[in-house]
Amino acid sequence: MDELLKMLQANALESTADIARMLGVTENDVKARIEGYEKAGVIRGYQAILNEEQVDPGKVTAVIEVKVTPQREGGFDTIANRISRFPEVRSAYLMSGGYDLLLFVEGRSLREVAAFVSEKLSSLEGVISTSTHFMLKTYKRFGVLMHQEPSDERLSVSP
Amino acid sequence: MSASVSLRNRLNTVVRDIPRSGIRDFFDIVTTMKDVISLGIGEPDFDTPWHVRESTVFALERGATHYTSNLGYIELRRAIAGYIAKNFGVTYNADSEILITVGVSEALDLALRALLNPGDEVLYHEPCYVSYRATILFAHGRPVEVETSAENGFRLTRAMLEARATPKTKVLMLNFPNNPTGAVMGREDLEEIAAFARERDLVVITDEIYSELTYDTPHTSIAGIPDLRERTIFLHGFSKAWAMTGFRLGYACGPAELIEAMMKIHQYTMLCASSLSQKAAIEALTRPQTDVAEMVGEYRRRRNYIVGAFKDMGIECHRPLGAFYAFPSVRKFGLPAKEFALKLLNDEKVAVVPGTAFGACGEGFVRCAYATNMENIREAMTRLARFTSKLAG
Repeated sequence: MDELLKMLQANALESTADIARMLGVTENDVKARIEGYEKAGVIRGYQAILNEEQVDPGKVTAVIEVKVTPQREGGFDTIANRISRFPEVRSAYLMSGGYDLLLFVEGRSLREVAAFVSEKLSSLEGVISTSTHFMLKTYKRFGVLMHQEPSDERLSVSP
Repeated sequence: MSASVSLRNRLNTVVRDIPRSGIRDFFDIVTTMKDVISLGIGEPDFDTPWHVRESTVFALERGATHYTSNLGYIELRRAIAGYIAKNFGVTYNADSEILITVGVSEALDLALRALLNPGDEVLYHEPCYVSYRATILFAHGRPVEVETSAENGFRLTRAMLEARATPKTKVLMLNFPNNPTGAVMGREDLEEIAAFARERDLVVITDEIYSELTYDTPHTSIAGIPDLRERTIFLHGFSKAWAMTGFRLGYACGPAELIEAMMKIHQYTMLCASSLSQKAAIEALTRPQTDVAEMVGEYRRRRNYIVGAFKDMGIECHRPLGAFYAFPSVRKFGLPAKEFALKLLNDEKVAVVPGTAFGACGEGFVRCAYATNMENIREAMTRLARFTSKLAG
């Protein structure tokens, strides 16, 4: 992977001036490359990684396994795209194994998620069955530990 | 109080006369202060890779809590032999040519004690790691420093060595990539040194603890130069590339006769290196090294940043090609390195290590370790810029 992308993935707020210095290139070069990645759709967006248990303790996330019937032209993509468009669906993946799609669905309450599954998802044409699991606690998201603060036990000066 | 005076008189005179490390003194001052950003830390800020830590816990559960062979677990020695052959192009026999030690520090001590008779001279280059001179003295050798300079990228040349060699010279010590300067030696540089060692019939001790951390050119070991293997003790360990400083695990590779002599001292003094650390090291060596590659990339970016920042400040800083230290010159501010460092600590709460801790020719320089996160480096550079413009103004 391009080192620039690696750096942005670690910290999207890194300034272009500092990135340029660290990579040994000009700032304009960095800006142009980022713009290029954005235009090409390689960079799809920038988000903060939140500890959501602190922000919104009532929020519910469900992981839903979905079996679907692939469609004649378009295979899994048509149905997967249709499902992905619901704003409640935060992530959607096509999987190998015992089911076809894996969804991460968020709602303000258990009732809200249940309503989404029963009224919107299950009733879609092509959805054969769903199996819903509720998430109890998040330990790590996007490579970041949620509950452990980094500790530095090193001596302040050493040889 | 009179009791302590009489005890001092009973101390071994070599030990008594060696000063404490300049780093130690500085550490004592820094620990009394709060909110200091330290560029004084000579160890990685990365955590030991999790797979290494996890496998250490597993080894503890499995009961790897006993003495090991004096040389160390054969499994580890085999892994090291494979690693050295692959990455340094030198082959060692795991049964007789590799000794596992408590860090490179112990390996260095063993090598010098195994080789030196009282009065034998050891050539070593300065600025250098704080313990070289003391370790030579403890082994009753005579340290002969060879001064390197920023103009030359802190590299060592044959002419510099010739100027300091005598018929009593027995050992040549090398450390590239270098702590504190970040200097490296290319193959051609080393061939010159190798010819000198051959002609003078010297034993070479090469401390290559930073060899994985090079940023612009691949590392070359002097042990890989033709014929040099037979007169070289190659020292390496796990502290830097795997961020395992607290595990205290190093090793020496060399001709069987030398390793056997070192093993005798090790056997009677240390017995063996920690069994758990050895298990951790096996894991570190036998798993893919994506962790190391990631670290190198991050250090390179920080190196680029810090060198650029010094340039902006109008401070001369030779470009470090390895290790994780920048060694800028602060001579133009007219303060001795130690005063510069103390004043910087007082005024801006940034800790750097005065170059004099690494030898007299380190005067006029400070060591800034970039083994700390970018946030700290950025803030430290902002403070340094403010501090130096005040000094200059």
